[in-house]
Amino acid sequence: MTKKLARGVAVVGVGMSKFGAFPDKTSRDLFVEAYKELKTSVQKGFDPNDIEAFYMGNFSSDQFERQSHLAPIVASWIGLSPVASVRIEDACASGGVALRQAVLGIASGQYDVVLVGGLEKMTDLPGAQVTDALASAADTMFEIPAGFTFPGFYAAMATAYMNEHNGDLDALLKVGIKNHVNGALNEKAQFNQTIPDVMAGKVAKAIQKGLPVPEWKDEMDFLRDPKANPMIAWPLRLFDCSPVSDGGAAVLLVAEDLVAKYTDQPIFVIGEGQASDGSLPERASLSHVPSAVAAGEQAYAMAGKTPADIDFAEVHDCFTIAEIMASEDLGFFKPGEGWKAAMDGKTARDGEKPINTSGGLKAKGHPVGASGVAQVVEVWKQLHGTAGARQLPGTPRIGLTHNVGGTGQTSVVHIFERRF
Amino acid sequence: MSDSKLETKTFYDALNQNELIGSKCANCGHVAIPQRYICPVCHSEKMERLVFSGKAELAAYTVIYIPPTEMVNAGYDAKHPYCTGIVTLAEGPRMSAQIIGLDLSQPQDIKIGMPLKMTIIDRGPEGSTKKVLAFEPA
Repeated sequence: MTKKLARGVAVVGVGMSKFGAFPDKTSRDLFVEAYKELKTSVQKGFDPNDIEAFYMGNFSSDQFERQSHLAPIVASWIGLSPVASVRIEDACASGGVALRQAVLGIASGQYDVVLVGGLEKMTDLPGAQVTDALASAADTMFEIPAGFTFPGFYAAMATAYMNEHNGDLDALLKVGIKNHVNGALNEKAQFNQTIPDVMAGKVAKAIQKGLPVPEWKDEMDFLRDPKANPMIAWPLRLFDCSPVSDGGAAVLLVAEDLVAKYTDQPIFVIGEGQASDGSLPERASLSHVPSAVAAGEQAYAMAGKTPADIDFAEVHDCFTIAEIMASEDLGFFKPGEGWKAAMDGKTARDGEKPINTSGGLKAKGHPVGASGVAQVVEVWKQLHGTAGARQLPGTPRIGLTHNVGGTGQTSVVHIFERRF
Repeated sequence: MSDSKLETKTFYDALNQNELIGSKCANCGHVAIPQRYICPVCHSEKMERLVFSGKAELAAYTVIYIPPTEMVNAGYDAKHPYCTGIVTLAEGPRMSAQIIGLDLSQPQDIKIGMPLKMTIIDRGPEGSTKKVLAFEPA
């Protein structure tokens, strides 16, 4: 039986901090930055006292900042005490799951106005400790002793995918190039540079330092150069991996019957779904993410939409192969066709199914708990026609977000519709 | 079977005895690794301990150049990478493990589907090694 929300839920405001590495800021500073932007985005304004609950996605402030029990602290920092404040942890899907819990909180009738947050401060730890902290999102008893890292898991999925579908590893590089093209047009992105910008920067640096000037034929030549783009976990190289990031994002949700008080330009949540799975070896297929398929099917059924109805999507490209698998798991392309779609530019802004117009996790940055919420910020901008230089033509009507935790132990999908 | 304990840590107790264990559901026959108390397929609690043959084939793999701390401590780095993967055991289920004994200079030449056999390796700095599951070409 198709499940429906018991009452409608709309997004009436969004905000996000700049994503990047900010040694002088804590996660709460970054969330304040996001919240202040959200306040300016609500068309008719809002009284912070209207907010009845705060759901906050955060993977591991315990490990990254030695701070647990973060939600009430952040709530206090933006003046929300004593509202119920909840930290949600589902690894890299924490933000998307926090959003879903807030949607369900309003749909249930318990709340009318809920603030959703996502935040992570990752760059204080040395790189190896960040790798170890992220690895704790996998099964530390039975997967990590094999020597796996997160790039390693996705690299293994890439070998299974390419072997099963006779794919071309160049498709991975094409995903990275495309997401940097989009990220270059996003002032909030950690890497707002195209790959040619990165190449020019390296040449300029070499000249400045009097070092031999590197020469590359084109972007692909640069990305294949093991010096410029070192191997992390074969076949994934540095530019296949989302970065270690700091950032925060915020979304204000209200019940359908209160929308007019806040805005005449609401975005409605018309579908949501979430699913779980065991660790990677337990799955029947290693070349796609079954929980993402299940979450997508739930969301499409609730929304009464099909993949063809989706104008654009923000998907969880923690690694380039993840975007290719997502493009199939969500039904945009048939199994085995996702890598070809990436090669043919079908997921570019001028393609048939634009994916990650924000630059995605790859270029925008991936402060893990914030990512699922920041995806909604991009959907809001595209649906309002305010995405600036990266705006899709014709002002799209329906957008989708896809947020994955771990290797797919959690997936959460939302579908949004412009109703103005 | 003399030892029918299913506690999670008995997996490593068995590994220290050079045995790879899992569970088999007495109701539906589903085989799981690591061992489970409750069958993930039919929810039966009639679970028996199973010792795997150690025969397997490669299902997915990677060669890791930027290792986690435990592998750095075991001597691996970008110049000394290692292969890890997911193997399909002859009895059906899959498991993660380090894959040893392969030429890692051309990772693209490693073949998914290649036959493997289980081995137990000692990993870690001298004096504080621990026994870890691994596979090698059969």
